[in-house]
Amino acid sequence: MGPALAAYDVEKRYGETNALRGVSLEVAPGELVGLLGPNGAGKSTLVKIACGLVRASVGRVEICGRPAGSPEAREALGYLAELFRFPGWQTADEVLTLHQRLVGHGTDAARRHELLDLVGLADARGRRVEEMSKGMQQRLGIAQALVGTPRVLLLDEPTSALDPAGRRDVRILLDDVRERGIGVLLNSHLLTEVELVCDRVVILSRGAVVAAGRPAELARPRGVEIEVDGTTRTFPDATRADVPRIVRELVATGQDVFGVRVRTTTLEEVYLERAEATAE
Amino acid sequence: MSGVATISAHALQEALRRRVFTVVAVLTLAFLGLFWLGVAKAFEEARRVQPASELLEVDVAVGATLLGLAMFAILFLGAVLGVFLTLGAVRGEAEGGLLQPLVVRPVGRSAFLLGRFLGAAAVCTVYVVVVFASAAAILRVAGGWWPDEFAAPALELAAAVVLLCALSLLGSVFLSTIANGIAIFMLFGAGLTAGLLGQIGEALSSQTLEDVGRRTSYALPFEALYQDGLHRLTSDTFGAAAFVVRLGPFGGADAADTGVLLWAVVYLGLVAVAASAAFARRDL
Repeated sequence: MGPALAAYDVEKRYGETNALRGVSLEVAPGELVGLLGPNGAGKSTLVKIACGLVRASVGRVEICGRPAGSPEAREALGYLAELFRFPGWQTADEVLTLHQRLVGHGTDAARRHELLDLVGLADARGRRVEEMSKGMQQRLGIAQALVGTPRVLLLDEPTSALDPAGRRDVRILLDDVRERGIGVLLNSHLLTEVELVCDRVVILSRGAVVAAGRPAELARPRGVEIEVDGTTRTFPDATRADVPRIVRELVATGQDVFGVRVRTTTLEEVYLERAEATAE
Repeated sequence: MSGVATISAHALQEALRRRVFTVVAVLTLAFLGLFWLGVAKAFEEARRVQPASELLEVDVAVGATLLGLAMFAILFLGAVLGVFLTLGAVRGEAEGGLLQPLVVRPVGRSAFLLGRFLGAAAVCTVYVVVVFASAAAILRVAGGWWPDEFAAPALELAAAVVLLCALSLLGSVFLSTIANGIAIFMLFGAGLTAGLLGQIGEALSSQTLEDVGRRTSYALPFEALYQDGLHRLTSDTFGAAAFVVRLGPFGGADAADTGVLLWAVVYLGLVAVAASAAFARRDL
């Protein structure tokens, strides 16, 4: 089975500005890829090219093997924009009904109830958008992105307006989506969120990919901390592989070991290092 | 329901829920009430100052002039309705984040534009025809006068407003909501002014002014449709009454030649193609 989303050497120019410079990435079915980068790195532009809102200057993006923006590609994707709005006069149920009609898969009321229940808006189906909080509107936006049978989800900052409980709900939802074989490209500034849910991350800076891989692969060792006899000893050059040897040596010298912590860089540190290195 | 019908229905539902139709209906009823009062008084005064033998001619002059005035008002009201239903359809809604969730759906951009156009065109056509019929009925009841042609002027007036809707949609692809509204109403005013200049040119036998009017008819054919509709109100009327009517700004119009009327259809098609092509290339 081919990738759910594939970008090949995508460039986007706005006049003299290069918003994207040869970006290539893939999202496999059932894979959740986090797209990271500072403001202006080109994340939203890439997502917009993938859903056909913006045309690439060079290169191409495919959704399930079809050119981005084609009817077949649009039928296969669900999209939540970073800055979106639904008409204030519509109720949550009407928003989903409209999108069901546009997708062309009928207006299944049971499916709408299921989606609203999934995002925690089961009690708000008759509430107008203008009466909803920002967080509720964002939940509705996620439900809207799931209308139809998307095989790719493009989520641009889906949790920016949510409280911690809301973010946890979205994490659970994303796990469910992944289990159903849907590929997800998640654009977020919330690095801990990305670290918690994403299989892989791609870091963009100044329109180019500066790092990509599993969060654990991107992390660098930062030594080992071992708690012995009420104090913590740090071995800054040690790695996970060195832990058994160090513990054996400590025990051999008569010290009691109470805890071991292998330290690595966090995703945030990796992100800052790569983004700042590119900016210099 | 097809994508085009869904978009049209969505636009109409929005107008309904935002009470656009309620406001329009109330203000139009106020306009028609005022028009009725004006018609009754105008006929009463005109008949009082004219000898009985000339009553028929006076009725024609007063009736045609007042329905011409009503046509101008209906064109303006229809244009306001049509332009406000469409002026922010693309760029305005994209800037507000309303458009993106809709156009990423399989319905496509051309279908989106067509849906918005058909929704606005349907509303404006019904509105213009109903208000024109109401104004004609008022003239019949309050003044006993009926235009020489009824259906053609009503449809031409509606077509003029539909053309303005199409121009407004085209403008919405390029311009922000405010800029597009200003542009369309300036075009509207320019078209009507050029039409009047053409009439004045004909009265004064000024070739230059006549050329201005004729060229404007091709550049902005809504004006030619309006002028042709005005002409048809008294197309079978001759003599002193016709002369008096054609001296005024609401009855002195020329019949449009078939070329202009056909051009209006082609023009609508060209505007549709231009809007669709521009929207297809526009980054959102």
